[in-house]
Amino acid sequence: MIEPSLTTSINLNRSLWTAPGSFRRRQLANHLMTGLCGLMVLLALLPLSSVLWLVFSRGLPALSLSFFTQLPAPVGEVGGGIGNALVGTLYMVGFASLFGIPIGIGAGIFLAERGEGPYGRTVRLMAEVLAGVPSIVTGVVAYGLVVVTMRRFSAFAGACALAILMIPTLARSTEEMIRLVPQGLREASLALGVPAWKTSLFVILRTAMSGVVNAALLAIARAAGETAPLLFTALNNQYWNFRPDQPTASVTVQIYNYAISPYEDWHQKAWGAALCLLLLVGGLSVLARLLPRKRT
Amino acid sequence: MATSKHSSGDRLYAIALYLFGGAVLLLLGLIVGSTVKLTIPALRQLGVSEFLLGQDWNPVNDSFGALPFLYGTLVTSLLAIAIAVPVGVGLALFLTEMVPASLRRFISFWVELLAAIPSVVYGLWGLIVLVPLLRSHIEPALGRTLGFLPLFRGPPIGLGFLAAGMVLSVMILPTVTMVTIEVLRTVPETLREGALALGATRWEAIRLTVLPFASRGIIGAIILGLARALGETMAVTMVIGNQPEIHASLFAPGYSLPSVIANEFAEATGDIHIGALAALALVLFGVTFLLSAAARLLVLLSTRQRKIAA
Repeated sequence: MIEPSLTTSINLNRSLWTAPGSFRRRQLANHLMTGLCGLMVLLALLPLSSVLWLVFSRGLPALSLSFFTQLPAPVGEVGGGIGNALVGTLYMVGFASLFGIPIGIGAGIFLAERGEGPYGRTVRLMAEVLAGVPSIVTGVVAYGLVVVTMRRFSAFAGACALAILMIPTLARSTEEMIRLVPQGLREASLALGVPAWKTSLFVILRTAMSGVVNAALLAIARAAGETAPLLFTALNNQYWNFRPDQPTASVTVQIYNYAISPYEDWHQKAWGAALCLLLLVGGLSVLARLLPRKRT
Repeated sequence: MATSKHSSGDRLYAIALYLFGGAVLLLLGLIVGSTVKLTIPALRQLGVSEFLLGQDWNPVNDSFGALPFLYGTLVTSLLAIAIAVPVGVGLALFLTEMVPASLRRFISFWVELLAAIPSVVYGLWGLIVLVPLLRSHIEPALGRTLGFLPLFRGPPIGLGFLAAGMVLSVMILPTVTMVTIEVLRTVPETLREGALALGATRWEAIRLTVLPFASRGIIGAIILGLARALGETMAVTMVIGNQPEIHASLFAPGYSLPSVIANEFAEATGDIHIGALAALALVLFGVTFLLSAAARLLVLLSTRQRKIAA
């Protein structure tokens, strides 16, 4: 077989020789395409800056202490907040993390250490493909599993949907983090007579810990920003709720309800809630970035 | 004896790891199983082909045709791809081939930030900022200049396929860009050097060596973006107009698969309505599942080329 790089070079050589036009024309094409690609950067940053600017400029005036502590006010009444929605989001994300994170990390360790056989390869492919499953589908799954069984919408059902979302992504990123740990470390530990399971948990996982925590924080941030799987699992709630078997409000569903309402005042509150959500999600992502990453 | 103690601990640990791996497969089983179970009452009542090809969706009359949703999802996703691919690939080329590393890190940080913004925030932005802009400026202008095409005819409503496609394009841009960058990084440096040494300009080096080498991986990136666009729910629901109708015009309101699930599931009455919605979820799951698997395979093949070429 001819090396691909060689054939490419031969083709290239031919096309350069037969290239029509002068050197100046070719340079012009070069500058034109560079400029075009640069333009794409501006095009990409335009919506981003627009979203960020509007969320901050319209969201900031809506924020006040009572916005964080009070229940939503009915239409037409002044004030009111998203206190119960904030609590609901934290509650469900916390609940989901409780079983989503250990399973995700466990599956990641499995993929990194035993993921070479046909079974391991199947699990990896499935984790990759499941990571791309639309979040609304996990809502339908949690509905079928939990809501139908319990015969009511509940915070627990919402947490299940979020946990299903977390596991595949976290498994893949944990695997990548563990694979960064040099093989010599494992060999040294085993040579000292440390059992393989202790080596795995207290040497390898410990070394990869900052990366794994980073991945877990990103998974939490992603879950906190989800709306679709909560619409028909946790539903919504106008009041405070701390029970897992009752419908629960969440910041994202609250933003949705405010945004699609026809009231200007509620739009204002949607921007305020969106700012809270961005700060929460962004804060987690920044925290994840600030953690020292071990790239060995 | 110490050795037997070790080996029993190791055996337990190995079993635990295999169980964790099994949890991922169990998850897949749960997703398929519980969704299929929900669809059974509907499938008994409605035929598969009448369901998929039916154009009328009216839960009150127990009439469930999925075609308007399939059409809406396809049109908005293709539109998103048409916008996001040139921008994303251009951006990726700019970042990997044309700029110094410091600027690259700065811009990739902002592009990654695009991916971190929750869907519902894009929906809010689309509904309150983009839709009025489309209604008052962009759609009338498109109608004046390109109105001879059926795509750009009709009253400028704002809410509709065009708005949904544009919001989606912003949301899938990070996916397309990041995977393309990953693929471009695997192009061997010697190919670029060879091209430049033969007198190619930078653009010619990209066009004649980098792009042909990376083409398979870039197609993978596009498919991943498409899969993401197909399943995107909230932002589309907020700007597509939510009318189960099929129109040729991009200005017209429509509906998408995830949107109808989001809007009707909580209030669905009766097993057949729930079953029809779950069947839509199953279609969505099947299509995205196949697309992600295909895309992963293409990216894998493309990154493996490096070993052959090097």
